[in-house]
Amino acid sequence: MTFRRGIPGLTGLLLATSLLTSCQSRPRADLVICNGAEPQTLDPALVSGQLEGRICSALYEGLTRRDARGKSVPAAAEKWEISPDGKIYTFHLRPDLRWSNGEPVTSHDYRFSWLRALQPSTASPYAEILFGIQNAEAFHQGKLPADSVGLETPDLHTLRVRLTHPLPYFPSLTSFTTYLPVHQATVEKYGDRWTQPNSWVGNGPYRLLDWKINDRVSLEKNPSYHSPKRAQLQRIDALAVTRASTAFNLYSTGQADLLLDKGLVPSLMLPQLRGRSDFHPGPLLATYFYRFNVTRPPFQDVRVRRAFALAIDKESIIEKITRGNEPVAQALTPRGIADYNPPEGLPYDPTTAQGLLKLAGFPQGKGFPRVSLLYNKSELNEQIAVEIQAQWKQVLGVEVELRNQEWATYLRSLDELDFDIARSSWVGDYDDPNTFLDCFVTGRGNNRTGWSDPTYDSLLNRALAEPNAARRLKLLAEAETILVTQAFPIIPLYHFVGCLMFDPNRWTGLYPNLLDEHPFSEISPR
Amino acid sequence: MISFLLRRLLSSIPVALLVIVVCFLLVRLAPGSPFSSERALDPATQQMLESKYGLSGSLPEQSLRYLGNVLRGDLGDSLKFRGRTVLEIIGQSLPRSLLLGSIAFLLALGLGVPLGAWAAARNGKTADKWLNGFALLTLSIPTFVLAPVAVLCFSFALPLLPPAGWGTPLQLVLPSICLALPFVGVCARLTRSGLLETIGADFIRTGRAKGVSEKTLVLLHALRPAVLPLVAYAGPLAASILTGSLVIEEVFAIPGIGQFFVSGVMNRDVFLVSGVVLIYCLLLLFFNLIADWLTAILDPRIRLQS
Repeated sequence: MTFRRGIPGLTGLLLATSLLTSCQSRPRADLVICNGAEPQTLDPALVSGQLEGRICSALYEGLTRRDARGKSVPAAAEKWEISPDGKIYTFHLRPDLRWSNGEPVTSHDYRFSWLRALQPSTASPYAEILFGIQNAEAFHQGKLPADSVGLETPDLHTLRVRLTHPLPYFPSLTSFTTYLPVHQATVEKYGDRWTQPNSWVGNGPYRLLDWKINDRVSLEKNPSYHSPKRAQLQRIDALAVTRASTAFNLYSTGQADLLLDKGLVPSLMLPQLRGRSDFHPGPLLATYFYRFNVTRPPFQDVRVRRAFALAIDKESIIEKITRGNEPVAQALTPRGIADYNPPEGLPYDPTTAQGLLKLAGFPQGKGFPRVSLLYNKSELNEQIAVEIQAQWKQVLGVEVELRNQEWATYLRSLDELDFDIARSSWVGDYDDPNTFLDCFVTGRGNNRTGWSDPTYDSLLNRALAEPNAARRLKLLAEAETILVTQAFPIIPLYHFVGCLMFDPNRWTGLYPNLLDEHPFSEISPR
Repeated sequence: MISFLLRRLLSSIPVALLVIVVCFLLVRLAPGSPFSSERALDPATQQMLESKYGLSGSLPEQSLRYLGNVLRGDLGDSLKFRGRTVLEIIGQSLPRSLLLGSIAFLLALGLGVPLGAWAAARNGKTADKWLNGFALLTLSIPTFVLAPVAVLCFSFALPLLPPAGWGTPLQLVLPSICLALPFVGVCARLTRSGLLETIGADFIRTGRAKGVSEKTLVLLHALRPAVLPLVAYAGPLAASILTGSLVIEEVFAIPGIGQFFVSGVMNRDVFLVSGVVLIYCLLLLFFNLIADWLTAILDPRIRLQS
């Protein structure tokens, strides 16, 4: 019969061709990084995740950039002047800026890119990070035209930015992904598909060589970049790997040089890894916390919220569960932001907690309504929830049900305030307490507690308008004191720690830092 | 023959369309939005995105619009991977899964059938018992255990093979074996039981009485009817093995299509999920057709027209 000979022959041919086409591989890149999941986009206006932001900071250059220690330094702007009231910034661009296609980068490009990110039709998830610019919010809402936004370009190399309030951290904000420039002609020509390797244009130290779905993003040195010495590697591959054990296997066998994300180090191995010379832990500007829904009884009562907060032994969660030496979170803002002292939160105090619950009408938890603790499905969230459930039972005599939902459902429950207590985390976008505290202003999309306090709102507003940096931070600290010692819409549990894995004898230019910034352009072989 | 194939192919079209609409509706009915993230999105932006991607209006309107696009060959854009079409994502990841899957499929059949035949020939003897044990073992070890153990053995204890990654033929070895192994057991057991049944049949006894050698009997006369259950099983097996496996792809960092079945649903990336389900459905219909065709060739009692 013909199929006996035909089918194996055909299969063989198919296999051979697919082997050839699928397994075409380039030689190994100079630096191979395990970067986390597949990037959702490489369009800076649309990026909302850290792993995409990391690649974007190599592909595009903002007015400022972060150095290897997370410090903001001049980049495309060589200098800037600030008006006496702190509201007008005049940035002077370097004269030798070029796009990867050789065209000059001008101040118009920055203006175009920022307006594009603000444009409602772009649907940028981070548009609000540009709201400090005069009339930016009104433009985003379609109430004012683009011309009214406080962005002027007196000449090709000057960008003047008018702010609504003095923002002392504005220059460092311009290194943030949403502020990175895009090439107008390319974006207009290719629409949504401009970030594909064959159409892409950028101005960063590296350019986009290839982007294979779920496999890798390959970058190569950009010859048009103004300071070629800053990109010290010919090629970098950022692998899309989601499973920690897989990333660690790739690293251990030398197929990857660098693990850039705490999520890529198997947590069970943390105790063994600590002490190894290639394990580099560091603080992180991120907090794990629980939220209350303050619109529902019994958590409308601040005494109940306070009792629940006082009844959690945060130390034991770190010792038993997270095991990464995470700092206990007393406040929402992690320590380490220059000149800012977050307030001391409340200690673990079971006796006061019991007293408060009694005052609220539930002595030893008697008559306490059924409440639930919502978390998104993950082993860590579950272990923490089980531990805290047991602590509340033991200290307060209260039964809390656990409710776990998968990610999208969980987010909807948060948005619709369909929970009693919910787990959450927040990663700071820039090194200022505002990135945390602004979430809890009345009516903010990220508030997700139903909590509203006019004093808190007015403190944050006053801080915004305050030109004196020290006084501004003091106002923010006052606001945070309300949040974590008086009102308790949230219970901060711990601050995350970051960890990098790389061989310090082979690589330099990598330092653990609060913002977890590790620009590819700073990494070089020893 | 040709009319049979044509009829089957034509009847597959409504099935595939029904599957894709049901899948679209199920994902749209699940709570949560494809555009939500830990960082809240303002309602205006959310609405803008919904209308941009054709997700505004009532559910019947949305599904009709989507169905119309599918009929025009447009599977839509991914909602999570911005600027990428579903066709592009499938186009890049499906060939990788097909390659890995076909190696695994050939391994499953190539090892399973001879092992099953060998066991049947030694029915009740020690070798048969060992083989049965082996088949049970491969069947009962889940891939999420098998794959890491294989990596531990062959990438760390004996550093012979890369633990993960894509790009070189060596990187295909461990994942294809791990993908195939559970099916080797199934194929072996199906072949063994099929053979034992046929070996006891009258026509084999007649053959034996006429002095046909045992080897010729088994390989030439008994194997053909004995593999019928296996052929019926191989159709759906091919479809599922060729569309990849989430666990294998994650453990071995294979950029295939398998993980989109899960991550697509998690992200409510409705067009991507419907797209990959459509591919799975088409493969399933196709391989079932092949299986039916092969069954008719192997078993002269079956007529394709019936």
